[in-house]
Amino acid sequence: MGRKLLLEKAHIPGIRSYEVYRREGGYASVEKALRMAPADVVEEVKKSGLRGRGGAGFPTGMKWSFLAKPEGVPRYLVCNADESEPGTFKDRYLMEFIPHLLIEGLIAASWALGSNRTYIYIRGEYAWIVDILEQAIAEANANGWLGKNILGTGFDCQIYVQRGAGAYICGEETALIESLEGKRGNPRIKPPFPAVKGLWDCPTVVNNVETLAAVVPILNIGGEEYAKIGVGRSTGTKLISACGNINKPGVYEIDMNISVEEFIYSDEYCGGIAHGKRLKACIPGGSSVPILPANLLLKTAKGETRMMHYEGLADGGFATGSMMGSGGFIILDEDQCIVRHTLTLARFYRHESCGQCSPCREGTGWMEKILNKIEYGKGQLSDIDLLWDIQRKIEGNTICPLGDAAAWPVAAAIRHFRDEFEWHVKNPEESQQRNFGLAHYADALTTV
Amino acid sequence: MTQFSDTRLAEVRQIIDRYPEGKQKSALIPVLHMAQEDFSGWLSPETMDYVASLLQLEPIEVYEVATFYSMFNTQPVGSHVFEVCHTGPCMLRGSDDIIGYIKGKLGIGVGETTADGLFTLKTVECLGACGYAPMMQLGKHYREHLTPEKVDAIIEECRQSVA
Ligand SMILES: Cc1cc2nc3c(=O)[nH]c(=O)nc-3n(C[C@H](O)[C@H](O)[C@H](O)COP(=O)(O)O)c2cc1C
Ligand code: SF4
Ligand code: FES
Repeated sequence: MGRKLLLEKAHIPGIRSYEVYRREGGYASVEKALRMAPADVVEEVKKSGLRGRGGAGFPTGMKWSFLAKPEGVPRYLVCNADESEPGTFKDRYLMEFIPHLLIEGLIAASWALGSNRTYIYIRGEYAWIVDILEQAIAEANANGWLGKNILGTGFDCQIYVQRGAGAYICGEETALIESLEGKRGNPRIKPPFPAVKGLWDCPTVVNNVETLAAVVPILNIGGEEYAKIGVGRSTGTKLISACGNINKPGVYEIDMNISVEEFIYSDEYCGGIAHGKRLKACIPGGSSVPILPANLLLKTAKGETRMMHYEGLADGGFATGSMMGSGGFIILDEDQCIVRHTLTLARFYRHESCGQCSPCREGTGWMEKILNKIEYGKGQLSDIDLLWDIQRKIEGNTICPLGDAAAWPVAAAIRHFRDEFEWHVKNPEESQQRNFGLAHYADALTTV
Repeated sequence: MTQFSDTRLAEVRQIIDRYPEGKQKSALIPVLHMAQEDFSGWLSPETMDYVASLLQLEPIEVYEVATFYSMFNTQPVGSHVFEVCHTGPCMLRGSDDIIGYIKGKLGIGVGETTADGLFTLKTVECLGACGYAPMMQLGKHYREHLTPEKVDAIIEECRQSVA
């Protein structure tokens, strides 16, 4: 059994309520934090080595220490609960089943950063979770953990839940801020960064739900202890939401020291590929990160066991590796068509592009059209090169990283499965009936 | 006349209080959600103008937001909107078949509403339920692990709730 820090208590009956949560030791980290100087709380988070769980993996303590502190200007902490990256549903799980953990982490973090109004920006579709969070906030208020002069320290803090309304781009931190200001979710040009000019032009920290929840165990066990879990710069535990063709889709907490193979095949986690089929491919960190064929997933290009941590999943760079991303783990079995799957992702990014930059606005639509042609047996071989060319021209040429996020899945699919794309083009009729993977990839793979 | 009830107006004031002085524009998205709930499931130009006056915004500020976010309907919809996810992870677990089944059962295409005004079918992009696929959103809640039998039951349930 791996070590659990976030979901350890998620299964205790009634843990959603304040009474049970508190009885199980909840809010101890707030008591501890409020006895420390804010800068010392930041220091503790730095020591923990915690990296942002929203996708980019940026060190949280460092991010917090960048927050500008001009006199007389409010500072804001905003929790990113937009969770819209396909394959990702971990924040939902945490908020739904153990909401007080997030509220607790938010109070400690608000103290560390000096935020008196803290917002949780949650995707609009998670409407019932808004009620769960608001209930938890009301309980925290009633028990003196929020409001004025918390624990007699003179610190005032209130947490508010703000619903989005359906826009993946509002997960990008500057688009989120725009949306929170009541505008369209158009990302801002950086710099200035939110740490200097964020919400209502005030210094702002935006952190993911899981990142903020992790502050609780960090304060409880201490940054140094936390840093001992995991490997190297991948410290602590990580929530992975596993989906696709596996026996046990769901949310798992792993300490970042297990192999991908164990994660997929052991009964503690995914429980193997569904219906006794063979593993074909995997997108290990949410739809934006490169897809890997099975043989590069379980072992790196050097033939070493691939591990489930930031460095392990990224081993080999984009040529033969992928990324931890948001922890959205998508498994494709031997029956799945890479062209069709890539098409759904291209459609997703076209739909979600905010339209500000032409490479992204036009490029995503173009990629979707070409993939549609290939998928429905009307493609030409030159279309594959054209696709490659378009994604190259989007990457790095846009205001926000959505452009890259749209380019990478297409690039990786062509990089590793070009023969499948070609087979589609050359066999337009047969490709409508069955998947090339059955004939080819499944045999080339190493399975356990 | 488009007009919130007094309880709703009190809620709007509470929402505005969440933000610092003068930042009531931030209340726009929450208030649009309320308006859509209260006024037939969609935002008519009249509704949007009402929200603008309520929050002291220019109507264009409301239109541009209402048209940006996919949860806001700027056209009328049926009493029950089936929003079925069809992004990669759901596709891997049979969302195409579920969409096909609903189409056949209701006799409508994606984006259409049944003649009796009861059902609208929409496809949506990933709703954060990939592990419980195939799925759809129906009102405030998710319906997960969909099968044809479950879809039948949901349709029946909707019909009952109207009757
Ligand atoms: C297109 C796009 C979508 C994003 N969506 C999310 C999201 O849904 N949730 C999230 O926490 N971060 C998301 N991010 C990352 C945020 O911009 C930001 O890096 C993150 O919230 C920082 O928090 P962290 O450091 O705790 O990870 C997204 C980024 C991009 C470019
Ligand atoms: S890259 Fe795409 S989503 Fe990001 S700002 Fe440009 S157009 Fe908008
Ligand atoms: S892909 Fe359908 S809920 Fe995520």
